[in-house]
Amino acid sequence: MKGRFLQAVTVLGVLLLLAAGCSREEGGGQAAEPTKTVKIGVIAPLTGPLSELGLGIKNSVDLAVRQANEKKTVAGYNILLAAEDDTADPATGANAANKLASAPQVAGVVGTLNSSVSQSVAPVLARANIAQISPANTNDTLTRGPDFKTAPKRIWPTYFRVASLDSAQGPFGADYALGDGGFKTAFVIHDKKTYGQGLATAWADRFKEKGGQVLGTDTVNPGDRDFGAVVTKVIGAKPDMVFYGGEYPEAGPLAAQLKDRGFSGPLMGGDGIYSSDFFKGAGDKADGTLATSVGQPTARLESAKQFVTDYEAAGFSESYSAYGALSFDAANVLIQALAKALPNASDVQGARSSIVTAVTETRSFAGVTGEHSFDEFGDTSNRAWTVYKAESKEWKDIFSGEFQT
Amino acid sequence: MDELIQQLANGVTKGSYYALIALGYTMVYGIIQLINFAHGEVFMLGAFIGLWTFNLGVSAFGWGGTSVVALVVVLLVAALATPVIGVSLERFAYRPLRHAPRLAPLITALGASFLLQQAVAVFYTRGQLQFPDLFPSTSFQIGGASIQLLWVFMVTVALVLTLALTLFIRTTRLGKAMRATAEDPDTARLMGINVDVIIALTFVIGSALAGVGGVLAGMYLGQINFFMGFIAGLKAFTAAVLGGIGNIAGAVLGAFLLGILETFGAAYLGGQWQDVFAFCVLILVLVFRPTGLLGERVSA
Repeated sequence: MKGRFLQAVTVLGVLLLLAAGCSREEGGGQAAEPTKTVKIGVIAPLTGPLSELGLGIKNSVDLAVRQANEKKTVAGYNILLAAEDDTADPATGANAANKLASAPQVAGVVGTLNSSVSQSVAPVLARANIAQISPANTNDTLTRGPDFKTAPKRIWPTYFRVASLDSAQGPFGADYALGDGGFKTAFVIHDKKTYGQGLATAWADRFKEKGGQVLGTDTVNPGDRDFGAVVTKVIGAKPDMVFYGGEYPEAGPLAAQLKDRGFSGPLMGGDGIYSSDFFKGAGDKADGTLATSVGQPTARLESAKQFVTDYEAAGFSESYSAYGALSFDAANVLIQALAKALPNASDVQGARSSIVTAVTETRSFAGVTGEHSFDEFGDTSNRAWTVYKAESKEWKDIFSGEFQT
Repeated sequence: MDELIQQLANGVTKGSYYALIALGYTMVYGIIQLINFAHGEVFMLGAFIGLWTFNLGVSAFGWGGTSVVALVVVLLVAALATPVIGVSLERFAYRPLRHAPRLAPLITALGASFLLQQAVAVFYTRGQLQFPDLFPSTSFQIGGASIQLLWVFMVTVALVLTLALTLFIRTTRLGKAMRATAEDPDTARLMGINVDVIIALTFVIGSALAGVGGVLAGMYLGQINFFMGFIAGLKAFTAAVLGGIGNIAGAVLGAFLLGILETFGAAYLGGQWQDVFAFCVLILVLVFRPTGLLGERVSA
């Protein structure tokens, strides 16, 4: 009996080791004549509650890589995708970044989803001189430092993003709430994470500045699902609406519990709640919820039609989701830089700094989400935002505009 | 004042499903001194089994909206299916290690917890799932606070089941055997008690209670996911320690107290203080009463 138990454990252990040994690399198309290999890394949550967004990022980069290999955009090189899971956790993200940084063939990284994860990923990649382009990070401090309002200062010369900033997203949402929304008072809640707190603060500042009234502020704990205490406070304060800075795993139950307990105003959030998974939890109780998100709605963009068709034809089992089109653009900015820098270099590692330079010099890149140029902080010139409203378990775009800080 | 009553109601309701989980922790600890960290996962599976049962009922019998039949069936299936998981855990994860040093089964329990979580995540879903409103959304007013009928139902179920469990342990032959096993398993065996059966029975009862708790929490929170058992289990374990682990009345008292403390912490100090406040109280209690509020009195 004991012997058999041990045997079973040993077999299980060996199986686990084998499974762990299998790498996550996925071929970006047919391996063939090009002799050299270059890798584009992806760091995003591929498992866990935020994986819907993360897998959309990974698949879209995969699509860009496949197309580049077909067209042989980078002469003499075959591009491979090296996707790493950060589980939306900063420490896991740092490990993933270290792994990619130590692989000599890695030339650049697309990611991350979460601003908090980039805070620990960006320094690692910066040390290795690897260009990183995030399709989704909106926290201001990542490109402009902790004093981004008064004394903006770039921290990592290798960090770029095609997503816009919370200092624009917050005010854009607040202007909508006061204008078309017609809300005068609000209760502000956030999850204390880099993104959530930054966004909630930016939103509330603008809301107050433009004549709105913030009746109360509170926080919730990420991972919590019972919001009875804070919902009771909201109902006691009688605001017209609630603003939530955070992501959909908490926003879903929060919206549902607000409605269950008789709150009639809407919940509003940022791009962190703009996901179809929001409805898997909240269902139709979330109707009326408002969300701002980066860029114009992918489905409406003339320039993104080809991307949507190609994505569907590629047969991914997950949707491109909120950041797919931006991830596709981020990957293509990187691929363009590779095409410029790699032919003049002896190997990938030696080309890393010229790749960063090439990305820095990106001007008027015609992407599927619009035109992107990087400014001196590594931020995109594209400042388009859209307000979405939840109607029968779907996000309907109701207003698009630009917000220049 | 209105808000105080409302927050108290929130806390008590939260305490009701903490209590249903805490009972399993405390019973298992009382009888084999094992902290069954996989117990939170049994609670999570209870919620999932409840949802699957409901979905089956929708497609097979056309259930929809709130119905008493659906509610009873879902609760019963959850209470009957979760013991299978609990007993399997005991049989395959804990029994082989019963005479090993105490740390070994503790680590196995953690492993079993991850295994169950990831099994649901990999083979079913990592996303959130909406839980149906099986209970009518009626509410009434008490002193300016709005109390939902569901909350009253949850607290009633928790209290009735605790009472039934206490009576079972105090008055039946099997209950007597459980007490004897908790007191001294070797002597109990000499007295002709089948200790293995009694331990399995403890897991059956604990799991069934957690399964019911899972369904109730699903209805209360409105949605479920594969890691919902982790935090809830941790909190219920804390509640059991607060009340005096091994003690049934203590677990229930601790659970309601923890629910109220958390809610008050979140309501009057701010959401970021919810756990800090609750755990400060826990530390204070343990400083002055190291065995918890009601002391470690085994299985009674």
